[in-house]
Amino acid sequence: MSSSTAFTASGQELATEIEAIASQAVTATGDYDVWVAPDRLVDVMTGLRDSGFEMLIGVTGVDYIGYFEVVYHLLSLSQNRRATVKVRCGEGRNDPAVPSVMEVWRGAQLQEREVYDLMGIRFEGHDDMKRIFLWEGFEGHPLRKDFL
Amino acid sequence: MPLKTEPITINVGPQHPSTHGVFRMRVTFDGEEVIDVEPIFGYLHRGSEKLAESRTYTQIVTLTDRMDYVASMNSNMSYILSVEKLEGIEPAPRGVWLRMIAAELQRIGSHLVATGFFLQDLGALGTPLIFTMRERELILELFERLCGARITNSYMRPGGVFMDAPDDFWPALDRVLAELPHRIDEYEQLISGNEIVAVRCDGVAVVDSQTLINASATGPILRASGVDWDLRHRQPYEYYDRIKFHRPLATASDNYARYIIRIHEMRESLKIIRQCIDQIEPGPVRPQEVPSLIRPPAGDAYVGTESPKGELGFYLVSDGGVAPYRFKVRAPSLINLTLLRDMVIGYKLADLFVTFGSIDINMGEVDR
Repeated sequence: MSSSTAFTASGQELATEIEAIASQAVTATGDYDVWVAPDRLVDVMTGLRDSGFEMLIGVTGVDYIGYFEVVYHLLSLSQNRRATVKVRCGEGRNDPAVPSVMEVWRGAQLQEREVYDLMGIRFEGHDDMKRIFLWEGFEGHPLRKDFL
Repeated sequence: MPLKTEPITINVGPQHPSTHGVFRMRVTFDGEEVIDVEPIFGYLHRGSEKLAESRTYTQIVTLTDRMDYVASMNSNMSYILSVEKLEGIEPAPRGVWLRMIAAELQRIGSHLVATGFFLQDLGALGTPLIFTMRERELILELFERLCGARITNSYMRPGGVFMDAPDDFWPALDRVLAELPHRIDEYEQLISGNEIVAVRCDGVAVVDSQTLINASATGPILRASGVDWDLRHRQPYEYYDRIKFHRPLATASDNYARYIIRIHEMRESLKIIRQCIDQIEPGPVRPQEVPSLIRPPAGDAYVGTESPKGELGFYLVSDGGVAPYRFKVRAPSLINLTLLRDMVIGYKLADLFVTFGSIDINMGEVDR
């Protein structure tokens, strides 16, 4: 009844597609998600967009204590399927930064600002990397696990 | 002698009758024409995502109500589907039908708000708004019968809903369904052919579908540009695959198209509700085996559903505890505003609010 994984590309499928776009970019594969190296991110995303994932649904930052993870949910309207691509950054919580995909999908513009504001992950190449909800001069990033 | 002019930057909001909540824009004008807009968010930021990390999965339902407070049932539903996916719960059929009825009623309510305020922004101060609010009252009274609350309902639970509809709900629902089509026809008669609406909205703030898709816009704003994308149809969730309904489409992608799509969607929602009433069977509204304190296995889940504003999705990460490790809302209202600047530049001050109203956002969802 729930559509759950019916319209989602499996990790294996996605890894194969990404391998065709940018070889050696996939660092790990899960059931329904893949992990990509940050420095290959823009190439991978451009390739995925051109091969059918026309829409970026969401950009999310997650704080896993020892590192940060940025999760991209993609949607292909023409093929009616979703994909999840993840990137790890900030080993040891050290200055997490990821290339911005604003040039690939304009929809990343406000979402990347939100991740920066609340999680502190910088998106390099974003044209307006500043806070979105909290005021300028606010110190800290509230969604981090060490912000209390 | 040429007049010397200079551009002026004015603050619109955050307190303003036409900003759909507390929203601020720093607008630069050259006379009446908008030459730049900088939207400033955050006036209703309540830290919902952080709060959710210290609430149990059932308690978070109340948080989701308050995000898009005009469409709480839809926010509930989207969140509950994510929890069910994460935990692997199969919901009770009667609960699902009740959820669908509530969600479609709420869709009508949300579109009524959107339409009423859209017309108020156009300058029809109050009259159409009072009519749409009158209809919305019918729906809110139904919700009060159903679950006790008019607006922030917290009606849904993982596995279904928290209580069955009382016996007096069904005749009341029939009465409302009998009355609404006539009222929606009334709006069409009064508004859709109205010359002032046509002149002010036709051809204003046109965006092509490629730009919209690239900017992650979803919902009526996307369907108004001709893209046939409705999650209830393409990636059906709940029992939407057992329901037949049309998907209103327009190609003009201007303010008028965005408004008329919502009128048609209200009619389609009425059809959906009738089909749900025909197919609902007696039974429990929540499976017995769903515990009251849910501890999903470690993992993550994202489910996107079609809310009145666009694709509303909840991304949940669980570490096996009673509260989510990460709770993220994919808010269509925020994302649909990516193109606000493009849509209003070049048009006049008066069009700024109309365009903004036609995107139909809710600040509770934008800021969370």
